[in-house]
Amino acid sequence: MADVATLRRSKPAPRPARQLATGRFGRKVRRNLPAHGFLVGAVLCFTFFSWYPIAREIIMSFQKAVLGGGYTWAGWENYIRIFHDPTFWQAWRNTLEFTLLALVIGYAVPFCVAVLLNELRHAKGYLRALVYLPVMLPPASALLLFAYFYNPQYGLFDDILRALHLPTSQWVFQPGTGFVSTAMVSVVIAATWMNMGGATLIYLAALQNIPGELYEAAELDGAGLLSRIRHITIPQTKLILIMLLMLQVVATMQMFVESFVLTNGGGGVGNNTQSVVMLIYQYAFAMSGASNYDSASALGVVLMLVLAVFSGGFRG
Amino acid sequence: MAGLATGAARVSRRRPVTGSTRTLISSAQLNRRRGKITYRIILTLVIVVFTLVFIGPLYFLFADGLKSTQEAIATPPTLYPHHLHPSTYKAAFDRLDIARLLWNTLYYAFGALAFQLIFDVAAAYSLSKLRPALGNVIFFMMLATLMIPSTVLAVPQYVTIADLPILHINLIGTPEAIWLPSVANAFNIFLLKRFFDSIPAEFIEAAQIDGASRLRILRSIVLPISRPIIGVVSIFGLVAVWKDFLWPLLVEYGYSPTRETLNVGIWQASGTTEQNLIIAASAMAAVPTIIFFLIFQRNIIAGLTSGGIRG
Repeated sequence: MADVATLRRSKPAPRPARQLATGRFGRKVRRNLPAHGFLVGAVLCFTFFSWYPIAREIIMSFQKAVLGGGYTWAGWENYIRIFHDPTFWQAWRNTLEFTLLALVIGYAVPFCVAVLLNELRHAKGYLRALVYLPVMLPPASALLLFAYFYNPQYGLFDDILRALHLPTSQWVFQPGTGFVSTAMVSVVIAATWMNMGGATLIYLAALQNIPGELYEAAELDGAGLLSRIRHITIPQTKLILIMLLMLQVVATMQMFVESFVLTNGGGGVGNNTQSVVMLIYQYAFAMSGASNYDSASALGVVLMLVLAVFSGGFRG
Repeated sequence: MAGLATGAARVSRRRPVTGSTRTLISSAQLNRRRGKITYRIILTLVIVVFTLVFIGPLYFLFADGLKSTQEAIATPPTLYPHHLHPSTYKAAFDRLDIARLLWNTLYYAFGALAFQLIFDVAAAYSLSKLRPALGNVIFFMMLATLMIPSTVLAVPQYVTIADLPILHINLIGTPEAIWLPSVANAFNIFLLKRFFDSIPAEFIEAAQIDGASRLRILRSIVLPISRPIIGVVSIFGLVAVWKDFLWPLLVEYGYSPTRETLNVGIWQASGTTEQNLIIAASAMAAVPTIIFFLIFQRNIIAGLTSGGIRG
């Protein structure tokens, strides 16, 4: 790096610079060539499958397909079109609903479970393995099992409700688009069961790093159980709590497979569990007629911006 | 289950409850008479509830695959198969062609792992120990991709893979469509580089003085030391491909149903196949992952908690 910079600065005198290039620059190339050789495979993969697609996503969102092949600039046309699509707003509303419900259920539960497990002196390995086991299952297996439990005719969950003399539910296929809809809660329950293991184990590791003296000192000062949790456990794990909060929101905003499999690719009754990523998929691949990458890219850019603003605001 | 719970209770009766480190509740408090009883009640409760919540669904996953089609969709559902139909598993295996799905998934997962190990280890080694010009810029650009939500990129990645720029190769439907993008995993490179950074420079210098080539240093010094982190990266690399849904749905199933993965295959069949067959197939798809988890449990949990998140 530094050598390249000095090379540029000495440009006004051309002859010595050329000599410099063959001498020092040549040596530098010889020194760097093997190092870049080790890098080249990964860099090519990043270029083709990560960096270029990121740029392409943004470019495609401002282009439209021309009849007979090729693309032409479309300005904001794609964005205006998706903003006028009622499904766009519904998908965003559903995604926010999922994210908030997943926070209420899926964020608090792993932390409480971790605090509880950390107090137990027995069956530690067993309980840890239990919590993480569902994370390992192929999502289709776990979700098709939940779809079976949720089935309104022969599902287990309705049977439990009947045994408790409670009204039965259609679960994921319950109509209604209230902000806390039964359909979305059903998706969140399945998603939490599947995914909570990772967060729980990370919290457990953080809890184990809390110095025991803090608790002892607090106890000597007469702090009860709840105030010890409030004044020691939570502040000591704050960093991890905040980090996982951010990661979880970013992950849940990209919800796709849960709703896709539970509703058999449909998005629920009246699209009440359709998420933004499901809509991207539908725009791009499942709409009637030709695939529409323009709208899909525009929606992708919107999602990318929302998540970027969110995680940026979080750090700031 | 009951055995485990009473076993734990018996142990606690014999010797005082101790923990390796002080946690929220002190061991002294737990060893008082009231503390002991409360602790034992809570422990039993936790074990029972957790087993029900996490193993319960798995019980139905495996048991309901033994039911006949009529019993599987009976109202009310039966808690255990009244008539055992192990033939359901056989039927599901044949109808969904589980052997093919399993082979495809293994082929994609281990292929992706091989590519990831070769390219990501080499890249991390170069960035950490060989330090080429612009290395830091490249590393930063790789890390920056972690900020981009992966599902958003599915569409432009698909379009790119259908016609690779400059090369004009269409990878849709080929295993490379899964293998090569899996290499572009900034998290792998970050974990590996951080581990390689911790290898003392003296080791490398000593080998250099002995005349070892860069490849030789990687093979004989860096790799043997880095076995734990390579284990973690391998496990999570395999699991990621095994669990992926959207990408194989697009690039393999979208091309030809014969190339689909277990995940996609079962989902795709679920619309048209009897419920008991689908549950049996889901159970069979879950078996390899459960066995994998039981074998590598320690590494997975350790990798998740130590290498994984605490940057």
